[in-house]
Amino acid sequence: MIGEGTHSTNQRRHNYVQENVEVGFFTDPTVCIGCKACEVACKEWNEVPDDGFTWSGNSYDNTGHLGASTWRHVMFLEQDRQKGNQIAGTMSLGDGEDPFRWVFLSDVCKHCEEAGCLEACPTGSIVRTETGTVFVQDDVCNGCGYCVVSCPFGVIDRRPAPLPDAGGAFKCTFCYDRQKSGLVPACAKVCPTESIVFGRLDDLRAHATKRVEDLRQHGYNDAQLYDPTDTSVRGIHAFFLLLGEPEAYGLPPRPQVPTIYLKSAWTAAFATAIASLLVTLLAFAFSS
Amino acid sequence: MNSPASEKRLEQLREKAWQEGVVPGRGVDVVGGPIPRKPGYYGEPVVKPPVWTWEIPLYFFFGGIGGMSAVIALGAALFHHVDLSRAAMWIAAVAGAVLSPILLIMDLGRPHRFLNMLRVFKHRSPMSMGAWILTAFGACAVPGLIALELHAYHVFPGALDQLLRVVAGVLIFGAAIFGTLLATYTGVLIGATAIPAWFLHRTLLPIHFGTAGLGSAAAVLELLGHRIAALNFIGFYAAAVETALLIWLSLAKHGAADRAIHEHGSGWLIRIGEAFNGPLALVLRLFGFIPWAAISFLAGALVSRIGWIAVGKVSGSDPEAVFASQRS
Repeated sequence: MIGEGTHSTNQRRHNYVQENVEVGFFTDPTVCIGCKACEVACKEWNEVPDDGFTWSGNSYDNTGHLGASTWRHVMFLEQDRQKGNQIAGTMSLGDGEDPFRWVFLSDVCKHCEEAGCLEACPTGSIVRTETGTVFVQDDVCNGCGYCVVSCPFGVIDRRPAPLPDAGGAFKCTFCYDRQKSGLVPACAKVCPTESIVFGRLDDLRAHATKRVEDLRQHGYNDAQLYDPTDTSVRGIHAFFLLLGEPEAYGLPPRPQVPTIYLKSAWTAAFATAIASLLVTLLAFAFSS
Repeated sequence: MNSPASEKRLEQLREKAWQEGVVPGRGVDVVGGPIPRKPGYYGEPVVKPPVWTWEIPLYFFFGGIGGMSAVIALGAALFHHVDLSRAAMWIAAVAGAVLSPILLIMDLGRPHRFLNMLRVFKHRSPMSMGAWILTAFGACAVPGLIALELHAYHVFPGALDQLLRVVAGVLIFGAAIFGTLLATYTGVLIGATAIPAWFLHRTLLPIHFGTAGLGSAAAVLELLGHRIAALNFIGFYAAAVETALLIWLSLAKHGAADRAIHEHGSGWLIRIGEAFNGPLALVLRLFGFIPWAAISFLAGALVSRIGWIAVGKVSGSDPEAVFASQRS
């Protein structure tokens, strides 16, 4: 945590991979300053290619969304709501109050407990690591694109040509390579306000719960945790504190892992298969 | 303080927003802006739309024809329509075991790694199951066709020819079983995803794809000149089921969650496709215009496959659809 200096879990070395410790990211928008250092550090360490410079006009966000070449994405929300106990300004016209808040949140792959991409992958390219995170082995992926439509959060994507390593599916690796060497993921390491906290999942969950309580006592009435433990996703390793509704952050309110749809879909498929066989045999039997 | 020029511009934007509901342009939907804000985070997609291109709907079309042709080949073989069985096995082998894998491999981001599909067997991944079903189908259909042709021309004498007959029978049976799965699993493939318009219709999709495959296989055989009552019966059945599915689809609406099926160009593709292989094919067949019924059914089957992929792209790009599908 901030104030712990080199003892902070964001700075000290660890053996989580060797000791099979479940790790996570806790991302807190109330201390994020929108500097995008996480985006830069991620790109640099992982050698993620640039995927174009476009002026979106959406506040200070010119990144847009997570994708094959964007593994951290700082969101900029402009909302006409009060932030904590701030004193709202007055309207330039009229005499009403003019509350405003600018919220920054660094989005990332959620590393689901039940991961849609991992379940969908037909090559076994996507695996779960010792630390419980979800990792794409680029040398195995053949770019079938099925993980793209199986992710309930719209994170993973296929990288288009002519970018380097085009054709494969890419997403956040949770800096698995750094973690194996006892290092902290690049985004958390570089975060100047520790809005991104890396650490043991159980510690982070406890810390996050306390943080929500503290914020609520300080007037942040719409502070809540975003960690869908009560849906088929069964929780995420990279979870978030949100001010307001998840929809405003482009996060699904009740994400589901698509494998829950398998039973009904296969039942319909088998019924159709049997019906087709029977109808064909009957057709020939009656016309012979 | 705003300058008169920017105030004037703001007035223009407000006027346009009032009249048209939306104003395209950058930076116009920030807080306090004149424009109704887009849903979610600046209207960005919540899930990712499919990256698949034209190969996939064509694969659904040919995979359906190939798989269900093997079923017709089995029925024909069991009831001694040898020529029909041979023709059906040719279609099964060409459409299901040659064209289908080529289209699938072409769609891969890294086609040279297509064999990685057979590294693992994952029953919870319809894509993995599909790769294995297609492999098993090919392994039955191609040798099955060869055995059938060798038997048909009596290339080998006596006992060996009888053995070929048995082998052909077993392989045609295998091709028929895997063929039914090849034609239907594609519905599971897109039904078990995070795309709202797809997963909301996950029971309809395998029925539609499988039945469209069966009707298309019969239609191709009819167009090749095999006019027998059995194929006509199958044609009636497929067109009737597709008509029922069209009614089902227009009754089971999920509001904003599956509006890609009922609005936009994607919705028209679905409707046109279903009308061609449903009611139109049925009516044409009732009046005895068999070749026209067959052509109508094939066109509808192809257009609706293209439509379902287009629906996925529209629905996957629509944040409101994802939110609506999770609200109830």
